[in-house]
Amino acid sequence: MTVGKDVSALFPDVVNCMQTDNLELKKLVYLYLMNYAKSQPDMAIMAVNTFVKDCEDPNPLIRALAVRTMGCIRVDKITEYLCEPLRKCLKDEDPYVRKTAAVCVAKLHDINAQLVEDQGFLDTLKDLISDSNPMVVANAVAALSEIAESHPSSNLLDLNPQSINKLLTALNECTEWGQIFILDCLANYTPKDDREAQSICERVTPRLSHANSAVVLSAVKVLMKFMEMLSKDLDYYGTLLKKLAPPLVTLLSAEPELQYVALRNINLIVQKRPEILKHEMKVFFVKYNDPIYVKLEKLDIMIRLASQANIAQVLAELKEYATEVDVDFVRKAVRAIGRCAIKVEQSAERCVSTLLDLIQTKVNYVVQEAIVVIKDIFRKYPNKYESVIATLCENLDSLDEPEARAAMIWIVGEYAERIDNADELLESFLEGFHDESTQVQLQLLTAIVKLFLKKPTETQELVQQVLSLATQDSDNPDLRDRGYIYWRLLSTDPVAAKEVVLAEKPLISEETDLIEPTLLDELICYIGTLASVYHKPPSAFVEGGRGVVHKSLPPRTASSESTESPETAPAGAPSGEQPDVIPTQGDLLGDLLNLDLGPPVSGPPLATTSVQMGAVDLLGGGLDSLIGGPNFVAPPAAAVPANLGASMGSGLSDLFDLTSGVGTLSGSYVVPKAVWLPAMKAKGLEISGTFTRQVGSISMDLQLTNKALQVMTDFAIQFNRNSFGLAPAAPLQVHAPLSPNQTVEISLPLNTVGSVMKMEPLNNLQVAVKNNIDVFYFSTLYPLHILFVEDGKMEAVSSRLQGSNIFTVAKRNVEAQDMLYQSLKLTNGIWVLAELRIQPGNPSFTVRLPAPALPALGCLLPCAGQPLLPSLLPRAGVSLMGALAQLGWGPSEPDVNEHQNSEPSFQLSPIRLPR
Amino acid sequence: VDAFRVNVIHARQQVRSPVTNIARTSFFHVKRSNIWLAAVTKQNVNAAMVFEFLYKMCDVMTAYFGKISEENIKNNFVLIYELLDEILDFGYPQNSETGALKTFITQQGIKSQHQTKEEQSQITSQVTGQIGWRREGIKYRRNELFLDVLESVNLLMSPQGQVLSAHVSGRVVMKSYLSGMPECKFGMNDKIVIEKQGKGTADETGKRSGKQSIAIDDCTFHQCVRLSKFDSERSISFIPPDGEFELMRYRTTKDIILPFRVIPLVREVGRTKLEVKVVIKSNFKPSLLAQKIEVRIPTPLNTSGVQVICMKGKAKYKASENAIVWKIKRMAGMKESQISAEIELLPTNDKKKWARPPISMNFEVPFAPSGLKVRYLKVFEPKLNYSDHDVIKWVRYIGRSGIYETRC
Repeated sequence: MTVGKDVSALFPDVVNCMQTDNLELKKLVYLYLMNYAKSQPDMAIMAVNTFVKDCEDPNPLIRALAVRTMGCIRVDKITEYLCEPLRKCLKDEDPYVRKTAAVCVAKLHDINAQLVEDQGFLDTLKDLISDSNPMVVANAVAALSEIAESHPSSNLLDLNPQSINKLLTALNECTEWGQIFILDCLANYTPKDDREAQSICERVTPRLSHANSAVVLSAVKVLMKFMEMLSKDLDYYGTLLKKLAPPLVTLLSAEPELQYVALRNINLIVQKRPEILKHEMKVFFVKYNDPIYVKLEKLDIMIRLASQANIAQVLAELKEYATEVDVDFVRKAVRAIGRCAIKVEQSAERCVSTLLDLIQTKVNYVVQEAIVVIKDIFRKYPNKYESVIATLCENLDSLDEPEARAAMIWIVGEYAERIDNADELLESFLEGFHDESTQVQLQLLTAIVKLFLKKPTETQELVQQVLSLATQDSDNPDLRDRGYIYWRLLSTDPVAAKEVVLAEKPLISEETDLIEPTLLDELICYIGTLASVYHKPPSAFVEGGRGVVHKSLPPRTASSESTESPETAPAGAPSGEQPDVIPTQGDLLGDLLNLDLGPPVSGPPLATTSVQMGAVDLLGGGLDSLIGGPNFVAPPAAAVPANLGASMGSGLSDLFDLTSGVGTLSGSYVVPKAVWLPAMKAKGLEISGTFTRQVGSISMDLQLTNKALQVMTDFAIQFNRNSFGLAPAAPLQVHAPLSPNQTVEISLPLNTVGSVMKMEPLNNLQVAVKNNIDVFYFSTLYPLHILFVEDGKMEAVSSRLQGSNIFTVAKRNVEAQDMLYQSLKLTNGIWVLAELRIQPGNPSFTVRLPAPALPALGCLLPCAGQPLLPSLLPRAGVSLMGALAQLGWGPSEPDVNEHQNSEPSFQLSPIRLPR
Repeated sequence: VDAFRVNVIHARQQVRSPVTNIARTSFFHVKRSNIWLAAVTKQNVNAAMVFEFLYKMCDVMTAYFGKISEENIKNNFVLIYELLDEILDFGYPQNSETGALKTFITQQGIKSQHQTKEEQSQITSQVTGQIGWRREGIKYRRNELFLDVLESVNLLMSPQGQVLSAHVSGRVVMKSYLSGMPECKFGMNDKIVIEKQGKGTADETGKRSGKQSIAIDDCTFHQCVRLSKFDSERSISFIPPDGEFELMRYRTTKDIILPFRVIPLVREVGRTKLEVKVVIKSNFKPSLLAQKIEVRIPTPLNTSGVQVICMKGKAKYKASENAIVWKIKRMAGMKESQISAEIELLPTNDKKKWARPPISMNFEVPFAPSGLKVRYLKVFEPKLNYSDHDVIKWVRYIGRSGIYETRC
């Protein structure tokens, strides 16, 4: 109303207007108070008197208004004065005042929970549940549920058959909103036996024909939950199922937004009890002018309901949808056809022919999607529909999306023996190998190896070509490793290779996107709420503090963390609360590494070190063992390229040998080499490198590759002025001239005595490299931790972060959150203090840096979570990365939240430089 | 709020979900013309309730100041604040019945002194009480009530004339001008009810056999209807709010009279020409007249010209809508009408085929396609002593087209 202007200066004047008789004016003054009382708490006291007086006004409307407004003023001093009037209002003769006061208790509890308990408001509130006025009951229930949610232990809403009975009576009389509160509350109640459950169900069923869809959904929730308790052979169970279907269908004629909510919930219900809606397929047919989100949801449900009985109808519909305009929708429709084929075996034939029809339309994205889908069908029913391959091959040229190309290549590789010109096809893909995405490259590699194993004579050349492409010219560690494995397999034992590569593949499962049963059960308890819309447990999107609460609420709620990736849960959950668990945790991590590394040689040292680290101290341990993870594996990642030139075919065993030494390596974390200067920009000179810190000295590891045709000599290097005065400590020494296609490794020692200039971003370094051809410039970002010096320790608390020269100062446990204070010192003497806040069960960290602080941790976190592992062990990499990502360290989900008050840590705040 | 504005309102692509989660805060939004109503939460709230509330909020605002537009909102800011204050408390919806709200939030501003104490307590008890939708002491010289049975037929038909899906969603809207606190009882030709009664008295079944009964799949009622009574006895009894309200909504799928049949015939003549022939047949009693018939035949995007010949009504090609619109003012039952059009196409090298949207149709017929009939509506007023006979009752049936589409 004030267009964003701060009008708090007028406070005293406005407060003077409070005693007006004009109700409208009074409301506005109250609104003003609500907004500005917080900024002027002392002045707000002046208003208290009027509030107290208004609470005794003869007009109930004014009494209620005063209580309502007072609850909204979040100033501690005022809340003290609020108690007395509130107590009076809770016992007011007028129901309107009572119902407002009931909600006010919830407000007060939000501000000061202790006060509410001390004043005994909770008991008064409980009394209100048996009030004669239904609306008062409803509001009291709502308030109690809200309070109970933040206090899981206290048995506030101890529902017993008597109180349930009262609630059910009130249910018939109160407003639609009140009915929602009561139904939601009922859903939390667990009846003692099936008879009680049945009688509650009987009394709730009439709500299914309410016009308010929220009431309907809440009633459905109660019924779905209590149905668990009823035995299936009961007559009543059957009638209940029958009664549930029509209201759900009716929800679909509501407004689109509500339809969406309903559809998301129906999706859950269908997964839980498909029998309810199995005959209602038709209502989920998409209408032409449905909004897109409704369409997509309907499609999902259609697939779930597809069965042998209705498959013909569904397919006809899906085919119709595949000709629509919206690209996303069409894709999903095509994909749905594939899923029908996989789900209903009898229909597979028809699905394939439908897909072929669609391919004939030649609409680009339809064709691509169809090919991806056909690949899945091949996996489910191998050797059944080869006849279609010819058609697919016709469309080879039109594929431009990686997924479709990869799918096509897979098909060609799999059925290489039946496609006469398979080698030609694959060769044509190979020409543009470098331009393809990784997915396609990997698939191509595998397909060619398969082809080679099937037709060894003609394709020898091809396979050599692809292997050299994959191992020598590729930067992608995954690809390289797969190349090496195949190479090694093929060269040592072709028979074994055949067994490995052409092994029988497991058939793919029917439904891949089903929600896990435990999560599903939990979500059923949340029908109608946001959780059911997102299909996530509440802890995944509600602020941490409440997430913990929910676990103990409904009886069937399982540990929510374990849903996404079970192996990460133990690592994430117990942080801090149970210190004695952490060694096991280290063990687990060790086991994880152990398991993934494969050969037992490397197992034991790793595992033991993890355990040691884990045991170091309570939280530091848990955290550090995770940092420890990358620490171990980082060096080999960097070492792989180094190894490349020398021992090409040395293969897997060598790599594994190398890793076994890793456990003993110490020193700080090293970022894998990155290409700093591509060959294209520097007339054939390619420079890649990284920074390391070893035993107190910083060095820059460079790898120079000559990709030009002429010899390069006379190398020299210079740094521009930078924030920390980094400068080369010795000249760049390249002893022999660099001949074409040759690579040299140089480690350039650095010191920090150069001239200082603040750079943007702070860790930017501009480098000039000269050779006999020209001078080239490039800039790079160095990881800040190479500048952390060894004497940066503030207190003698040992920590594994020490490896990177970050030290733990203190830790404490505040409000179920672990606070970890870290210190580090930069080479130019700047100290950095950081506060790490870790909430159990919440997969993200909060990093707060007191000003004038550096974004040190901000820089550190991403670099500590770099993707290190994949190069060596794709599988292990994935799972460990998963673990890291869960904790917010990984690059896949950088969830480093800033605290509200601190400056954003990734943007550099002004810093003070001492020199 | 800013994040919402950036991410949702100004997002270039189509809205993918009405619920958005930005930085652990969930935004619900509903759009009314160019006004976005958004609700914000950080907790796991009842999503259906939030949307219902947003719709109710829209209803209340329309009831107070007409159309929801930017200007109206600016002009009525204080009023909106007052309303919000009353219908929502700490995020809990309280009372959203316009009738009740109007008793104590008026646009003139209330002078609290002018009300007697009696009135005040009456207001509060009404707001919180069992019958929050009607106040006492209403008096009319003529007791009248109007019943409108509004039905919309939704149909999806395949080109071969096979019905893919059809259902009727109907509403019974009641306008009541009754004095006092009348108790009403509403009856219709619901199959279950009639069968129940039929069992009781054998004679009546004979009489009723002529009358058809219908099977209602599902129905929902206004909150004034006593749901528990409906559940046990299938009788709809209620105390109506004053003025207009929607008594019930229902849905049927069986035995629907489809008022019109659309028979399309599309032929592609070469690459640049398309022949379309559409026949519509009306399928109801010849004495009844359908009104406002409009058939919309979509045309491809690359249409260059259209020639239309129709037997009845007017037909026009509207390039901006990519459709031929054929309008007929009136059409009696059991008749047939036909349109044929030649569409000339520009040659394109677009590989994408024309999506062939369905032919849609709008109409209005003076009967209920589901076959629903109102059997009785009885009014009892225990205090004011007027009987059922004194009330003047009006019933009207209107069948409209919902989404009435035939694929071609």
